[in-house]
Amino acid sequence: MSRHTLSVLVEDKPGVLARVASLFSRRGFNIDSLAVGPTELADVSRITIVVSVEGSALEQVTKQLNKLINVIKIVELDPDASVQREFMLVKVRADGDSRARVLETVTLFRAKVVDVSPDSVTIEATGKSDKLQALLKVLEPFGIKELVKSGLVAVGRGPRSITDRAVRVVERSA
Amino acid sequence: MGEKITGAQSLVHSLEAAGVTDVFGIPGGAILPLYDPLYDSTIRHILVRHEQGAGHAAEGYAAASGRVGVCMATSGPGATNLVTPIADANMDSVPLVAITGQVPSGSIGTDAFQEADIRGITMPITKHSFLVTDPDEIPRAIAEAFHLASTGRPGPVLVDVSKDALQATTEFAWPPRMDLPGYHPVTRPHSKQVREAARLMLESRQPVLYVGGGVIRAGASAALRRLADLTGIPVVTTLMARGAFPDSHPLHLGMPGMHGTVAAVGALQKSDLIVALGARFDDRVTGKLSSFAPNAAVIHADIDPAEIGKNRTADVPIVGDLAEILPELIAAIEAELAGGAHGDYEAWWALLSRMRETYPLGYETFGEGTLAPQYVISRLGEIVGPDAVYAAGVGQHQMWAAQFIGYENPGTWLNSGGLGTMGYAVPAAMGAKVARPDTTVWAIDGDGCFQMTNQELATCAINDIPIKVALINNGNLGMVRQWQTLFYNERYSNTNLHSFRIPDFVKLADAYGCYGLRCESPEQVDATIEKAMAIDDAPVVIDFVVHQDAMVWPMVAAGTSNDDIMVAREMAPDWSGEDD
Repeated sequence: MSRHTLSVLVEDKPGVLARVASLFSRRGFNIDSLAVGPTELADVSRITIVVSVEGSALEQVTKQLNKLINVIKIVELDPDASVQREFMLVKVRADGDSRARVLETVTLFRAKVVDVSPDSVTIEATGKSDKLQALLKVLEPFGIKELVKSGLVAVGRGPRSITDRAVRVVERSA
Repeated sequence: MGEKITGAQSLVHSLEAAGVTDVFGIPGGAILPLYDPLYDSTIRHILVRHEQGAGHAAEGYAAASGRVGVCMATSGPGATNLVTPIADANMDSVPLVAITGQVPSGSIGTDAFQEADIRGITMPITKHSFLVTDPDEIPRAIAEAFHLASTGRPGPVLVDVSKDALQATTEFAWPPRMDLPGYHPVTRPHSKQVREAARLMLESRQPVLYVGGGVIRAGASAALRRLADLTGIPVVTTLMARGAFPDSHPLHLGMPGMHGTVAAVGALQKSDLIVALGARFDDRVTGKLSSFAPNAAVIHADIDPAEIGKNRTADVPIVGDLAEILPELIAAIEAELAGGAHGDYEAWWALLSRMRETYPLGYETFGEGTLAPQYVISRLGEIVGPDAVYAAGVGQHQMWAAQFIGYENPGTWLNSGGLGTMGYAVPAAMGAKVARPDTTVWAIDGDGCFQMTNQELATCAINDIPIKVALINNGNLGMVRQWQTLFYNERYSNTNLHSFRIPDFVKLADAYGCYGLRCESPEQVDATIEKAMAIDDAPVVIDFVVHQDAMVWPMVAAGTSNDDIMVAREMAPDWSGEDD
């Protein structure tokens, strides 16, 4: 099993996310991470999916996704040729004794404190999965009260855009 | 600028503009606004007795004619009753448009009366689905639905329309602008792949054309025949492809699969090159996948790229429409032949011919006077002939109908292959008869299947749709009983329907305004079929009371290898071949 990052351009229409999610469950593929959001094109959304599958199964995943009518384009993003980021908010116990050490960790990881209360701080952090994992590991001894993480988002390195051709496709059909 | 009309009128206009002439359905609350303008339309609406019947009728209509079948139902239970035929159409790639009423958009999500999320329910079993709540979107949704259903790999498309969208005022203009940026089915094959396929086909020594239902959907039967005649390569036709290639053709080895002929199963299993044409390596054909055709390279041609490599790796994948692929392949082979290449399949044919001669299809008969179901079906095919349409249910009778009737033309054999839907036959035959009123249409059904959808006999009788039903009545759920005989120590748990006694099918036919005939001995078979053939003013049902212990052979038991095919109980064929 290996992890793959798929960037899926879809029409921004009701039910699209349900179609994608149900396809994964119906065909027995597991989603490790999922993030959905708008793109620079008004009618196009981008779903970033991380899946763990065998090589041949990945081809099936892609082909089955392509059969969904609302799916415009699928690109697999190689971790080495793309920027991949996750976003995290974590609420950590931080009272008089530990606050200084928590803040030191925040600085070390170039994270940010976004909320403070007498016995806790909320930290915002962005980065690759392993960086966020490392931060969490250091924060754990202080006591993690609450954790929320986004799915991974990714974009290819270099000047090219995966929407280039998709735009033309949308325009042609218009 | 279009004229001001209601959403319902717009929908009817859209259907007319899409070329729809016949629709099967049942009205109800949410779809009622649509039925009012439908009353004035040129479209023939056939009022069925159960929405499942509407769905299968639309499937039969499509399969027999190649046109898109259309069914309609109201929201909630009406829509959910369409789920089985929609799933069936999805498995067998039948072009189908299902139109359902939905509760008013303001009530969606409130658990309103007769509300069901039919778009959500059918998401995994449709090619695509629409929920329309804006009346201005109706023409586009209908145009896109028909385009999606009938192009690429055909399939079912659902259009769910809220009641308020049907009632509101809108403008109608046709053709609407379609907006399907993610839909670009590839029809033209890659010529390099086609040339590679041609080369392999002539180089191989044991090739076989593994023909699936895609050949029929693509309308590529004539091209297939040219390809076979040109090369002399043996042909097998799957359950979904019966009729794609003439059974009378000497290159035809019959049907492969769980109940295929020894020669057809053997041809796949022993081949060095499988040329899959619109077939999907279904488990019922491959048997245990890991031992399927171990020495064969695979050329896989299909309109759906996701089928290629799904179950069996393809050495030469060809994505495209078979109607375009086959002529290109023929041209590529002709070029190879002109260049001096030639196929040599003589030794291969010697082996296959021996298999075909040694293990023809056959069946055992039981005591004097009892009726073998295979005999009934053989005689039916011989008397009625290959110009008729035959629609089967699912089970033993379906397999015998696939085995013992000679099909010569595409679109003459209709059945539920992928989903295996009992109850398909009667409504599908009804739909086929509506599509092709001048053709004789027989439903070959089992007593179990028949009791799931026989209410559509009323629809047939009232709407002048004179189908004929050959009821193969063995009193049991025969195929399940066969498995109990073979794999469950003859413990017949809940398979005896007692339908020799209840219902009385002749009386039932009579009650439905049909002719009911009964046949209980071999001597009566021909005369009874001929009597049914002479009737054309109403549907006919023949109750053929057959022996309950008849079994379908050959058989590759589920999950076992094709190598372990049995020609009869505890009888394996000797197809080692090379020895003698």
